[in-house]
Amino acid sequence: MRSRLIRAIGPELLRDIAALAAGILIVGASFGAIATAEGVPWWQSTAMSALVFAGASQFATLGIMTTGGGVLAGVAAGLILNMRHIPYGMAVGGLYWTSLRSKLLGTHLLLDQSTAFALAAGGDRRRARIAFWTVGVVMFAVWNIGTVLGAVAGRFIADPAALGLDAALPVILLSLVLPALRDRDTLLAGLAGTAIALVASLFLPAGVPVLLALLGLAVMWRGTGSKKREAAS
Amino acid sequence: MTMVAAIIALAVGTFLIRLSGPLLRGRLTLSARTEAILKAGATVVLLALTVTSTLIVDGGFAGWALPAGVLVGGVLAWRRLPLAVVVVAAAATTALLRLAGIA
Repeated sequence: MRSRLIRAIGPELLRDIAALAAGILIVGASFGAIATAEGVPWWQSTAMSALVFAGASQFATLGIMTTGGGVLAGVAAGLILNMRHIPYGMAVGGLYWTSLRSKLLGTHLLLDQSTAFALAAGGDRRRARIAFWTVGVVMFAVWNIGTVLGAVAGRFIADPAALGLDAALPVILLSLVLPALRDRDTLLAGLAGTAIALVASLFLPAGVPVLLALLGLAVMWRGTGSKKREAAS
Repeated sequence: MTMVAAIIALAVGTFLIRLSGPLLRGRLTLSARTEAILKAGATVVLLALTVTSTLIVDGGFAGWALPAGVLVGGVLAWRRLPLAVVVVAAAATTALLRLAGIA
């Protein structure tokens, strides 16, 4: 049974997933530990990981709420971060759009990683489907196990600042965005938006400046005029 | 209590966002440019969050140890080192600077 499963998934895919799983376990543990350090009970960080299951938005919402940004700003920032799942669902949604159960489970397992692995399978739908489900299920397991471990271990860390744990959250977010920043337009929009957010944080409550950063996207609208003319003709 | 409300709102909202992709598929076709801007929006918010939360803590300058640690981690991430290495290096840099008396 076990060897049949391994054969169906393929050793190469399994190796890639194992590396990814180790990384996500540590990120999940960081999330749990940070949440505990900020005074969030372990069952709340665990519930968040199981029910939301979207790392970046969990960090963002937690970060804004624990720095006094309020529910509205925290949730809004998290939801904006998750908007990227719309094009993901458009791209790979067909893989799990079968039975109702498959639709519901697949929707919850729609992630950066499950999308990326499914897309990497190319036109082979069977392989794409295997990749999507395997990555999704493994990510769900390690993300939640990591969260619980981190949340429980976090209670024994007396002074998270002395261990530099407050650097973990921003650096994880930074690692997540770096690949996208290799695109010049995105980088320009990011720098403009960050400048706006920094200035805004001098006189606006936490959470709002981050959303104002979206104004930086304006630099990407250069040239849309000519695109529209093309479409019209 | 507010955290529980936030968790529920974020969970429901996120599920609906994830659901909307397959539902919208076929009903509208996003131009490549709209799709690029949609993706870039997530990146822009994340970058702004990273930088502001690194430089500003509780409404004031965060001190040098935190940005230095994040910068070290950022450079390692740029060089495509594993995430675990990046996180440990960033935390260690910040911790050592604080140990040396640099806030």
